[in-house]
Amino acid sequence: MSTLVHLLWLPLAAAVLPFLVPASIRLDPIGFGRVASGFVLAMALVQVAAFDYGEPSRMQQPMDVPWIPAIGVRFHLGVDGISLPLVVLTALLTFLCFLYLGRQEVRNARLMTALLFALELGMIGTFLALDLVLFFVFFEIVLIPMYAVIAIWGGEGRRRAAHKFILYTLLGSAALLAGLMLLGVGAGTFDMVALAESQGMRIARGAQIAAFAFIGLGLAVKTPMWPLHTWLPDAHTEAPTVGSVLLAGVLLKMGTYGLVRIAVPALPEGARFWAPLLGCLAVVGIVYGALACLAQTDLKRLIAYSSIGHMGFVLLGIATLSATGLNAALFGNIAHGLITGLLFFLAGSIKERYGTGDLAGIGGGMLARAPRLASVLAFASVASLGLPGLAGFWGEMLALVGSYRPGAGLPREAFVTYMAVAAVGAVLTAAYLLRLLGRITHGRSGTGVVVADVRPAEWASWAPLIVLVVLIGLWPGLLLALTDGPVRALIGAGS
Amino acid sequence: MTLLAAQAVVLPFLGALCGLLLGPWLTRVLVAGGVRTEDGPAGPPTEARGVEEHVEAVPGVPGEPVPAEGRAAPAGAPGSGSRGALGPVLFAVLPTAAMTALTLIIALTVWRNPGTRTGTLAEIPTGGPPILVGLSVDGLSALLGLLVGVVALAVQIYSVAYMRDEPRYSSYAAFVSLFTSAMLLVVFARDLMVLYVGWEVMGVCSYFLIGHHWEDRANSRAATKAFLVTRVGDAGLLLGIIVLGLGAGSFDIATVLAGAGSMPHTTVVVAALLLLCGVAGKSAQFPLHTWLPDAMAGPTPISALIHAATMVAAGVYLVARLYGVFAEAPAALAVLGVLAAVSMVGAALAALAQRDLKRLLAYSTISQLAIMTAGLAVGAKTAAIFHLVTHGAFKALLFLAAGCVIHAVGSNLLSDMGGLRKAMPVTFVCATVGYAALAGLPPVAGFFSKDAVIEHAQQVAVDDGRLGLLAGAAIPGWTAWTVYLALLVTTALTAAYALRAWLMTFFGPERAAHEAPGAMRWPIVVLAGASAVLGFFGLAAEELRPHLGAAAMALLFTAAGAGAMFLAWRDAPASDPAERMKRVRPVLENAFYLDGLYDLAVVRPVKWLGRVVRTADKRVLDGAVEAAVPAARGLGALARLPQTGNPQTYLTGLLAGALFLVLAVVALT
Repeated sequence: MSTLVHLLWLPLAAAVLPFLVPASIRLDPIGFGRVASGFVLAMALVQVAAFDYGEPSRMQQPMDVPWIPAIGVRFHLGVDGISLPLVVLTALLTFLCFLYLGRQEVRNARLMTALLFALELGMIGTFLALDLVLFFVFFEIVLIPMYAVIAIWGGEGRRRAAHKFILYTLLGSAALLAGLMLLGVGAGTFDMVALAESQGMRIARGAQIAAFAFIGLGLAVKTPMWPLHTWLPDAHTEAPTVGSVLLAGVLLKMGTYGLVRIAVPALPEGARFWAPLLGCLAVVGIVYGALACLAQTDLKRLIAYSSIGHMGFVLLGIATLSATGLNAALFGNIAHGLITGLLFFLAGSIKERYGTGDLAGIGGGMLARAPRLASVLAFASVASLGLPGLAGFWGEMLALVGSYRPGAGLPREAFVTYMAVAAVGAVLTAAYLLRLLGRITHGRSGTGVVVADVRPAEWASWAPLIVLVVLIGLWPGLLLALTDGPVRALIGAGS
Repeated sequence: MTLLAAQAVVLPFLGALCGLLLGPWLTRVLVAGGVRTEDGPAGPPTEARGVEEHVEAVPGVPGEPVPAEGRAAPAGAPGSGSRGALGPVLFAVLPTAAMTALTLIIALTVWRNPGTRTGTLAEIPTGGPPILVGLSVDGLSALLGLLVGVVALAVQIYSVAYMRDEPRYSSYAAFVSLFTSAMLLVVFARDLMVLYVGWEVMGVCSYFLIGHHWEDRANSRAATKAFLVTRVGDAGLLLGIIVLGLGAGSFDIATVLAGAGSMPHTTVVVAALLLLCGVAGKSAQFPLHTWLPDAMAGPTPISALIHAATMVAAGVYLVARLYGVFAEAPAALAVLGVLAAVSMVGAALAALAQRDLKRLLAYSTISQLAIMTAGLAVGAKTAAIFHLVTHGAFKALLFLAAGCVIHAVGSNLLSDMGGLRKAMPVTFVCATVGYAALAGLPPVAGFFSKDAVIEHAQQVAVDDGRLGLLAGAAIPGWTAWTVYLALLVTTALTAAYALRAWLMTFFGPERAAHEAPGAMRWPIVVLAGASAVLGFFGLAAEELRPHLGAAAMALLFTAAGAGAMFLAWRDAPASDPAERMKRVRPVLENAFYLDGLYDLAVVRPVKWLGRVVRTADKRVLDGAVEAAVPAARGLGALARLPQTGNPQTYLTGLLAGALFLVLAVVALT
C-alpha cells in the first residue's frame, strides 16, 4: 500500500483523538498537536527521502482504489515534483503553528487542535488527490475548519469576516464543481493523470472554454485573483495568527495548484482562450495590491494586500502557459508560503506585544526595543520584496521571463506589456515594504513600554522558515529541478 | 582559477555569517584565554557579560541591542562599538584580508598569462534558458576584483578604529563583508542572472549601511530613497537581462556577447537602453543620481567603500562587460553620452556649492562617474576602466581622509573645518594627493586617466562621431561634441571645487585637532601611494598615453578653474568662496531642485494613487460584494411573499396551476 495514506490518516486520527479522551483526564492538546503534527511532518520528509528524483514527472507512491464505483470515482493518490514541495510546506507550516502556540494560553485548545488537523487533512489531501471528485472533496474539507478558526478565535470583527470568507469561497466552490463536472463528464473520466495526458483531445473547444471559465473562477476566488480578493483582507485581519499563517501559507496555493494541475493541462484550448485575460487581471492585481499596501495603516491588512500582489506574480506565470511561467508559479507558491507565513507569525507576535496592529500605534524604534524581532521583520520584508538570493526573487523573475516569451498561440505584445507593468509592481512592492520597515523599526521609540524580544517558542517556529528562505534563495535549483520535468510534461504535448 | 575567484567571493560571505553568529562567542573564548582587549585587563567578568548582550542577530539583518537614546551611546558601552568586540573584528578583517590576497593572486596570474577562464558549478533549469551558476575570470574582472579587494580591506581596517565607539559594530562589519562578497560576485559572474543577484544584494547591504544610524528618521529616509531609486533602475536592468538572455538563448555573458550581432537591431537597442536604466541607477547618473548625496548619511567608511570605489563602479563595469552589446546599439551609446554630459557638468556645479564635505565628495563622485560613462559612450572602454580604477583609489582616499577630518572636528560641515594642515600632517599630505588626482594634475593618477578619456572624446568629435570600433559604429556628431565640451567644462569645475574643499579643510586660520589613530592613518597612506603611482601603469598602453595638444588643452581648463577659485578665496581665507555666487548658490546647493521635482511628479502621485486604491477597494469592489447581502435578502423577501401560511391561498394556487397546465396541454395538442 502506498505510504501516502499515512499523510491522511494521521491528521484525521489526530483531529478526532482529543475528543475521545474523557474530559476528566487532563490533556495538553497543544502538546499533543506538536507531537502528532511532528509525525505528519516526519512522514512528509519520508516522502522527500523516498522520492525518485530521476523521474520527478512520474506519479510516485500511487494508490488507486475504487471509491464510488457507480459513477467511476476512485480514491486515487500520488505525488510528483509539483505536489511534493507543497505537501512538505503544508506539513511544515502546521507543525510550526503548533510550535508557535507553545506555552500560550489557548481558549478551547482541544477544538483548536482538532480544527488545525482537519485543515491539514484537507490541505494535504488536495495536493495528493488525482481524481477530480476526490480533489473537490479535500478542497471543500478545508473551508469549515478555517471558518471556525476565524469565527471562534478571531478579532473583534471576526463574525463578519468569517461569514464573508465562507460565503465567498463557497460561491467559488460551486463554480469549481460545475467546471469539474463539465470537464469530467465531457472527457469521460475523473482521473487527473489521464486528463492531463489526453491534453483535452476529447473535449470540444467551446466546452473547454466554458469548463475553464468555471474552474478558473472557482480557483481564482481562492487564490485570490483581483477583483475577487475582497474576502482576503478581512479574513486575515481578523483571523488568529495560526489561521493567517495557514490561510496565506497554504490555502491560497490550493487555487493556483488546481490551475496548474487540472485546468491548464486538461483544457489547453480553454487555457489559451482565457490566458490573456488571466494575465491582465494578474498584473492589475500586482500593481493594485502594491498601491493598496502603500496606504494601509494596519500591519496584518498590509500583509494581506501584499499577498494579492505576490499571488498576482504566480497567476501571471500560469497565464503565460510556458514551462518557465509554470515553474515560476510553482516556485512562487512555495516562496510566498514560507515568506508570508513568516510575516504573519511576526505580525501576530507584534500585535500581541504592542496590543495593536495599527502602524501609528506601534510607533517607531522597534530596532531599539526588540532588536531581534525587528531584525527578523527586516529579513522577512526584504525577502518579500523579492531580493535575489532569497526565495521571493526567483518566482517573480521567472514569471517576467515567461511573459517575455509566452506559450504558443498567445498574443506576445500583450504579455510583454504585462511584463513591463509587473516590473513596475515590483518597484512599488519594495516601496511599501521599506515604508513599513522605516515606520516601525527605525526612529526612536516613543514611551518606554518594554517590549519582549523574540521568545524561544517563536525562534523555534521561525528559524526553519528563515533557513529555508535563504536556502531556496541561494539554491533555486532545489525546487526547479523538481518542477521543471513535470511542468514540461504537463504542457509539452499540447503545444 | 575560477575556484580561487569562488573562494574570494565566498570568504567575506562566510565572514559575515560567522561574525554575526559566532563573533561574540569568539570574543568570550579569546577573553577567557587571556587575550587583552583594547580596554584593559583580560576577562573581567563584567565585560564578558557585557559582550554576551551582543549575541547573534539573524544573518542578513541588523540588530544589536542598543540603548534607547541610540547614537549617543555612552562611550565604552558594552557590546556596541568595535572595542571589546574582538570576535566580530577578527571575523571581519581576516576573511577580507584573505580575500584581498586571493584577488591579488588572480590579478597576477591573469597579468602573466592573459585569457578568459570560466568555470561552472551547476546549471539550474528554468524551463527556458538555464541559469549557469559559475564564474569567469578575465583581465577586466581580475583588475576590478583587485580594486574591490584592496579598497574593502582598507575600509575594514579603517572601520575598526572609526567605529570604536559607534553602536552596532558587528552588524556593521557583517554588512560590509556581505557587500564585498556581493560586489565580487558581480565582478566575477559568468551568468547575467548571477550578476543580478550580486547587484541587488549589494543594493540591500547599502540600504542597511546607509540606515546604520536609524534612530534619526532622516537617515532612514535616505536609506529607503537609495534603495528605491536604484531599484527603479534595477527593474529596467532585469528586463534588459531577460530581453538579452532570451534573444541569445542563454544568460551566459559570453554567449550573449557572441549572439548580440545576430539579434534583431531593435532587440539590441531596447536591451541596451534597459541596461542603461540599471547603470544610471547604480552608477548614480542623471536622472537617477539623486540617491547618492543623501546616501552620505551612512558612516564615512561606507561612503568610501560603496559610494566611491565599488557599488557605483558596478554600473560602469556592467557597460564595459557587455560592451559588445552596446557596440551593436550606437543609439544607446549616444543616450549614455548625453546623460553623462548632463551628469558631469550638473554634479560638478552642485559640488561647487555644497557646505557638507561628504555631500561635496558625493557630487564629485557623480561627476567623475560621468567621465567614465562618457568614455564608454565615445568608445574609450579602456580609458573608462582606467579612470574607474584610479578614481576608485583616489576617491576612497578622499573619503577616508574626510573621515579622519570629520573624526577630528566632529562635524561634516566645511565651515567647521579649516587650518588643519599643521595639526593633521599625514591626513593633509594624503588628502593633497587625493585632491590633485581629482583635479587631474600631473603626475598623479587622475591626470592620466581623465586625459585618456578626453583625448578619445576629442578624436571622436573631430571624426564626426565615428567610434573607431570594429563594427564601424558611430554616434551623432553633435553628441560627440557635447561630450567633449562637457568634459572640458567639467575639468575646470572640478579643479575649482577640489581646490575649494582643500583650502577650506586645511588652510585658513589654524585650528587645534588630533591626528587620526594608526588603523585609520595607514589605509589612507596606502591609498595615497596608489593614487600617486597608478597613473604610470597607463603609459604601457598606447591608447592611454597622454599627448601634448589635448593634455595642454585640459590643463588650461584646470588652471582656469583653479585660478578663479584661488582668486575668490584669497581675499577672505576664513570665509566660503562659494558665497560669491550670491543668488545662484541655493540653486546649485540644491542640485537644481530635482528632488523637489521628483517629489511632486512621482512620490506624491503614487501616494495619492495608493489612497485612491484603498478607498476604491473598500467602497467599490468590497462594496459590490457587500451589496450582495441586501440583494440576497431582498430576493428572499420576494420569494417569501407567496408563503403566507394560509392553506386557502396555497390551494387556490394549486388549482390555478393545474387549470393552466390542462389548458396549455389542450391548446398545444
